[in-house]
Amino acid sequence: MRKYVSEVQLIKYQVLREVARLTYEGTLEKEKNNIALLVDPGPDPRIRCCIYKERAITNERVKLAMGGDKNNHSVIEVLPTACDECPIDRFVVSDSCRGCLAHKCIDVCPVKGAIYFIGRGVYINQKKCIECGRCKEACPFNAITDRMRPCKRACPTDALTVDQNRKAKIDYDKCIQCGLCIVGCPFGAIMDRSSIVEVIELLEKSRTEKDSHVYAVIAPSIASQFDHVKIGQVVKGIKLIGFHDVVEAALGADFVAYKETLEFEEVIRNKKVLTSSCCPAFVSLIHVKYPALAEKISSSVSPMIAVSKLIKHLDKKARIVFVGPCVAKKGEIFQKDLIGITDYVLTFEELSAIIDAKKIKIEECEEELFDNASYFGRIFARTGGLSEAIKHVIESEKIDVDFKPISCDGVEECEKALKKARVNRLDENFIEGMVCRGGCIGGAASLYYGPKDKKKVDEYGKLALEKGIKDSLRIFDINEIDLHRKISK
Amino acid sequence: MIEINVCIGSACHLKGSYDVIKRLQSMIDEKKLCEEVLVKAAFCLGECMQAVAVKIGEEEKVYSVNMKNVDWFFNEHIQKEVN
Repeated sequence: MRKYVSEVQLIKYQVLREVARLTYEGTLEKEKNNIALLVDPGPDPRIRCCIYKERAITNERVKLAMGGDKNNHSVIEVLPTACDECPIDRFVVSDSCRGCLAHKCIDVCPVKGAIYFIGRGVYINQKKCIECGRCKEACPFNAITDRMRPCKRACPTDALTVDQNRKAKIDYDKCIQCGLCIVGCPFGAIMDRSSIVEVIELLEKSRTEKDSHVYAVIAPSIASQFDHVKIGQVVKGIKLIGFHDVVEAALGADFVAYKETLEFEEVIRNKKVLTSSCCPAFVSLIHVKYPALAEKISSSVSPMIAVSKLIKHLDKKARIVFVGPCVAKKGEIFQKDLIGITDYVLTFEELSAIIDAKKIKIEECEEELFDNASYFGRIFARTGGLSEAIKHVIESEKIDVDFKPISCDGVEECEKALKKARVNRLDENFIEGMVCRGGCIGGAASLYYGPKDKKKVDEYGKLALEKGIKDSLRIFDINEIDLHRKISK
Repeated sequence: MIEINVCIGSACHLKGSYDVIKRLQSMIDEKKLCEEVLVKAAFCLGECMQAVAVKIGEEEKVYSVNMKNVDWFFNEHIQKEVN
């Protein structure tokens, strides 16, 4: 049995599965309002004030599962009813305050009158507080609590604000679509838009009309996603829902590692620092917060785009659906210079919902073979993988270049490296950036997070028939596939 | 131009389709047939039981090729067509 990381994940899955089921039955429009009755049977609510509010929230989830607001260019939306209007004031004094004699909190406060003594305790004047947090650090009774909204805390670019009704609001100019707020919100009030309806319709059409071959491109992070079934069984399930073939995105990673190594050799003397470009949220982070470093971003397309280009080069009838643990990939395919290359992006969550809606029992499926990439392409799924792959190409091709990578695990480490690079203080000359902790295996739309995820990716990598990148690419003419991005964003 | 489509889907890949492609390519080079014959990789041809599955042009017939019979396959089905 599959385990769910939280009730938020479970509800989201149930909604996706029901939307998928009704799409197959052709009754989605008519019956979409009944989904809430199934997901929230009542009579008692789970956590909200009443069952009706919970059903209203589920209806908002249904809307997003059906594609959401088509006029919104972002893939992430706040569900206004689900947002619990968490407190806005960040630091507050709790009743643990003893009103002590030393009152260090007042001494360390840099703003006069922002924290003051009154009666037998201290109070914070929220109009003056600059949220530096020094009072919290100074208090020996831990009496000052930091109540920053979880969505705001998760957001690396300050894109989360509050509207006049105290609801969370996303500033889409700042949003890098990383999806960390989706994971961060414990009320499940922020969600990514889904393309499951369109993908199911495409798959069903391709069964009868035979004019398109729908390919599933699967991210190598699949290695750690399905705890209860084998990868080969998932691949079988994917084929049973009508995909023409299932191809590893890691093959695209092999292409990218090779191309990026050559690029590194060519540009490093002039640029001094190069950054990776496979994580779309990392690329956007640079554009939004460190625009001066935009010229340092590798011009390579991502592995998803590389393998999509390869498949469309080999098969003119190909339509491509990428499946991964990533929210940002959903946005990547709509970037101006990339439109039409990868047609749709699904998360593993959405994939399972479709397979389950089709009543395919993955645990009973036989195992399909799945092998299109090298060890190095596969380990792109975890922090450090890309750097190891480039190192491998440098060594195997005997390229004479000084490659000093820093592998940034999660957005905090990415920012640390970028800040240093901005002032020319970085010791390394290559920044491998992944916004999610652990790399893609810690992706915002992961099915599962576990302590052995990295090990699982490495073991999966070792199973690959092709050991080196050159082995994996030996039958392809790399020059036939344009791996170079024309616009940076 | 004769097009040889060699399946590189997972099953065929594991049965050695990359080696088959390399061998076909080198035979084409040896016999100087680059203008007449083209080897193309194709994702799943839907004939996993026949791995390595090979199709010639638009023909429906699927050939099951491996490193043992690839030279014979080429001489029998491609070379003769070219001549």
